[in-house]
Amino acid sequence: MSAQFTDLLIGPFETFGFMRVALVACFALALANGPIGTLLLMRRESLDANVLSHAVMPGAAIGFLYAGYSLTALTLGGLLTGLVVAGLAALMARSRPELQDASLIAFYLVSLSFGVMIVAARGSQADLMHVLFGTVLAVDVKALLLIASISSITMLAIAALYRPLAIESFDPAFLRAVGGGGRAFRAIFIALVMLNLVASFQAFGTLLAIGPMLLPAAAARCWTRKVWPTITLATFIGMAAAVLGLLISYYAKLPSGPAIVMGAGVIYGISLVAAGRTRVKPQGLR
Amino acid sequence: MANFFNRVRRLQSLSDVVSAARTAAAPLGGWLAFSFLAVARSAQAAFSRHFDSGYDPSPSSGRLGGAREGIVVRNLSVRYGERYAFENLTGEFAAASLTAVIGPNGAGKSSLLKVLAGVIRPTSGEVICSALPLHRLAYLPQQDELDREFPITVAELVALGAWRNFGSVRKVPPGLAASVHEAVAAVGLLTVIDRPIAELSVGQFQRALFARLLLQDADVILLDEPFASLDENTTEDLLQFLRRWRQEGRAVVAVLHDLDRVRQYFPSTLLLARVPIAWGDTSISLAGDNLARARKTVGPADGRIGRAA
Repeated sequence: MSAQFTDLLIGPFETFGFMRVALVACFALALANGPIGTLLLMRRESLDANVLSHAVMPGAAIGFLYAGYSLTALTLGGLLTGLVVAGLAALMARSRPELQDASLIAFYLVSLSFGVMIVAARGSQADLMHVLFGTVLAVDVKALLLIASISSITMLAIAALYRPLAIESFDPAFLRAVGGGGRAFRAIFIALVMLNLVASFQAFGTLLAIGPMLLPAAAARCWTRKVWPTITLATFIGMAAAVLGLLISYYAKLPSGPAIVMGAGVIYGISLVAAGRTRVKPQGLR
Repeated sequence: MANFFNRVRRLQSLSDVVSAARTAAAPLGGWLAFSFLAVARSAQAAFSRHFDSGYDPSPSSGRLGGAREGIVVRNLSVRYGERYAFENLTGEFAAASLTAVIGPNGAGKSSLLKVLAGVIRPTSGEVICSALPLHRLAYLPQQDELDREFPITVAELVALGAWRNFGSVRKVPPGLAASVHEAVAAVGLLTVIDRPIAELSVGQFQRALFARLLLQDADVILLDEPFASLDENTTEDLLQFLRRWRQEGRAVVAVLHDLDRVRQYFPSTLLLARVPIAWGDTSISLAGDNLARARKTVGPADGRIGRAA
């Protein structure tokens, strides 16, 4: 690797503190998003997670309305409406299971429009863009600490509860029958997803927060079906996408959040094409 | 497979965390250490109560010499909205019994099993079952209710049967690998023990689920169409397990369609057509006029019942 090329890769991070903070924030997010995204795909709950990511919006917008760009207000507000919507969605799923998809879409649309209206009522176009797409480069040390704490809590919780979390998605009736806690683990998992969406919100905004969570895991799943390899690979893909996206946004003067999600999307596309050819065909009847 | 067990073992149990925390907190002075310990202890207790009530490594009631118990139902009804799945069922699935539940499509057979297993609540009536709160009840739903793409190997799936020996968070006991191996051998799947379940045929997957039942060591075993779309060999093999479980004193209930097989293997039969038509000795329950009544009650006849009668 020539010195010039190394300089292209490392230079921006050496020169600018905000690039370094953004990179570390993305790495911290990738560490938690690896296992969370993999579990989401295993549990086939990516649509639910997408709805939750938009449910953060109204609360964050209300926080913004009252306190401006205050990390605490945005985070608490987002968490609050997120949990409210998660609870409402669970209620809907139980009372009208046949409408589950439709009500999830309804929650997603209503949260988004409500949030946009609140921000537009007081803020500018720039504020709206900030809430919708985030600003990775505006992540400060306080926000970084929040992201790192949430990421640590997530990894510890998943390490401790991995067994019931996984089995709950595979065979919930079995888990209940053997006394493994059943539905409680779904709630715990949703809460973890919520926490991570709020952590991502600052950097990627309400529209893209789900991207760094799902895309690396989806890409990793193209290469392997085993769980721990998927988690590890997803984490590294998330980190690679962060480096790629930040550099592209730096040199091409493009918004950084979308660039990172785009990077993850490109890796997913490559994985789909490249891994599809080499994957072993399952044998057996199905 | 050894890799899997090592990995699970490496997860620290909660009690280990508490003792590690105690060591770490010792220099902070007595009060702090004490309060931290108290919090950790009550957190652990709350966790066990809500999420890990299945942890109970004592041997099964049958082996202790105590009698196993079956299930008694009284005036049991299940309704979805306006429509009754079944109603007014009273009777007993006794210990050491082998009962076939048979009836036309839509007769409420699967709903009955679900309510016995505690998956759904009865609309009215009651289920008296000591095995359920003790987690000594095993329920095998129809295969299409399970996610076959889930990344889990045969050994891992079978090991879940011994849940009460490790629960949600505890270490896997040292003897588990051996008993998993034994159960997998008993159902004849040793050649695929380390394969993911996505690669199994329908019959192999059902064999794996039966191996899990072997480890589960339940007093009551509920099977929803266990032989649907299985070949003759697999069905014959698995039927032997049902016989064996009955001899071991367990209450076995299976939803079936094949009347010949029921007559051959099942001493008791419940003929259900939204209302119970007959419940007792198979030869009496499956008499021609009972079958005719079952067909009439539900409407369009189930083809298989029509032919066999």
